[in-house]
Amino acid sequence: MTDWVIEAENITKVYRMGSVEVPALRGVSLRVARGSVTAIMGPSGSGKSTLMNLLGCLDRPTSGKYVLDGENVAELNDNQLASIRNRKIGFVFQTFNLLPRATALNNVELPLRYSNANGNRVEKARQALEAVGLGNRIHHRPNELSGGQQQRVAIARAIINHPSIIFADEPTGNLDSKSGEEIMDLLMTLNRQMGTTLILVTHDPDIATYADRVIFIRDGQIVREECK
Amino acid sequence: MRFLDILLEALQSISVNKMRSGLTILGIVIGVAAVIAMLGIGNGTKQSITNQIESLGTNLLFVNAGGDADNPEPLTLRDAEAIQDRSKAPSVANVAPILQTQITASVAGESTYTTLIGVTAAYFAVQNVKIAEGSAILDRHVTNYETVVILGSEVAEDLFNRTSDLVGEKVRLNGQVFTVIGVLESAGGTSFGSQDNRVLVPLSSAQVRLVSRSVPDEVSMIYVQAKDSESVETAMEEVARILRARHRRNLGTDDFEIRSTQSFLETASTVTGIMTAFLGGIAGVSLLVGGIGIMNIMLVTVVERTREIGLRKAVGARRIDILIQFLLESLLLSLSGGVIGILLGYAISFLIDRLATMSGTSINPLITLDSILMATLFSLAVGIFFGLYPANRAARLEPVEALRSE
Repeated sequence: MTDWVIEAENITKVYRMGSVEVPALRGVSLRVARGSVTAIMGPSGSGKSTLMNLLGCLDRPTSGKYVLDGENVAELNDNQLASIRNRKIGFVFQTFNLLPRATALNNVELPLRYSNANGNRVEKARQALEAVGLGNRIHHRPNELSGGQQQRVAIARAIINHPSIIFADEPTGNLDSKSGEEIMDLLMTLNRQMGTTLILVTHDPDIATYADRVIFIRDGQIVREECK
Repeated sequence: MRFLDILLEALQSISVNKMRSGLTILGIVIGVAAVIAMLGIGNGTKQSITNQIESLGTNLLFVNAGGDADNPEPLTLRDAEAIQDRSKAPSVANVAPILQTQITASVAGESTYTTLIGVTAAYFAVQNVKIAEGSAILDRHVTNYETVVILGSEVAEDLFNRTSDLVGEKVRLNGQVFTVIGVLESAGGTSFGSQDNRVLVPLSSAQVRLVSRSVPDEVSMIYVQAKDSESVETAMEEVARILRARHRRNLGTDDFEIRSTQSFLETASTVTGIMTAFLGGIAGVSLLVGGIGIMNIMLVTVVERTREIGLRKAVGARRIDILIQFLLESLLLSLSGGVIGILLGYAISFLIDRLATMSGTSINPLITLDSILMATLFSLAVGIFFGLYPANRAARLEPVEALRSE
């Protein structure tokens, strides 16, 4: 029996723009196996970002059932969602989203500040930075790091709490092809070594080739699925 | 999230925009400094007025003719003697009638306009006057209608250009020759005018030689000293009863007025209290304006840092975490403004005191622990009040929206 980390059933999301209702997702059902690498592809406006926000617990679905890592998260309140994001989910963004004034170390330990976990935060953050190959850059600020290095810091931040899933939203979108490749290799290594489920959101077919399974989205619905 | 972490982060983000934070703090500094200085000056004035009144003696009564009546009968020496009656007024210790007028005092070539007070020996017991040289006015001076005078130090300075070695000198008061028997110690200026620009003569001599009166033994005023400050009330009643009987007045239409130093104290403290509240209130308005400055800057900060807020929420920050973070920033701004403001306010009131001392009146600003505590609490309250709205706005941002913002 497969260990599903994500079980979503008939998820919909409707945005209200004034009095007009705009459906962004029209009933998406999806299951993701633990430790797998999945790519979600689709043109802009297809609903893939909305799907990632819902699966990443940044937002609540309008209807549908969503079980993440055994927890039914569709009905949780804001604080409970924040706790889920903190413990179970890591995000890697296209624009890195690092705090500009904080050192690499402080950026990486940020999630630890919002968790109740005890222990040496600095040491944990140092280990995470070493895991992404930045052990010698821990006191640098983002503006003293290259794009690839900044994305590595963001990845270290994503893995600091040993999440079940990492969501990477166009992780190579702001990088040159060489650093992009390095970042993808790093994400794949972490997936293999730590068993972290990886979900890539992208419109770049080259990135999708890293995935075991590619899901195509158009107009708020899954239109096609390819497995390796 | 541990408190120390939030504090450090708040300090860090405040120090990023030094100019902006500095100007915001300045608004609070000015407000708090104004409050502190105004309260200090108000309290100082109150204290020094209270001290002056208390230096008159807390058991002193002032009896004047007048009151509410239409045709007041003047107070007379007979009234004073009646008050002195031990059996009718057991709470009264001393009675000192005085006769007061303005006269010209002169020596060869010099003259000055001054206040003349005709006094009895009791005057020196009830009033806080000290003789610098010579003697006080004694009973025999009064009984013998002697033409002797005690000069206030300012009068002595005007007439003789010196304040000592004057006993035996002759002075003309409204043209009549009086012999100097003493000089008063300088008391300095008070809120009630100079105590040094006056001369004292025996009451009898003043009545006979210097003051024109409608009633032969009229006096201007009677000082009554109660036995102690507890018996002031009973002394007032006793004096009133005696005077009512003598002036044949019905109850409620007294033709005299009795006031005590305590009633002066009450009036003075009410007046200065209102003044202090008024000054503090005006200063408080500027603190309010400073608070609006904080709110303004915090709103700008929240907009600028929307993405950061989104990121923090994405990695697990709850609403309360964000709220506390931004609230702490505005609190730090207002509190540091408060502390600097207290120091500045202290300096300002010190400076004002210096200026006042140079122009002759001493204020002695009094900065109490109360007003320091109040200013601190008030600036904290300003930080919370004006920081809550921006912080709440930050806390309520939706993570998806915040992350999407540019």
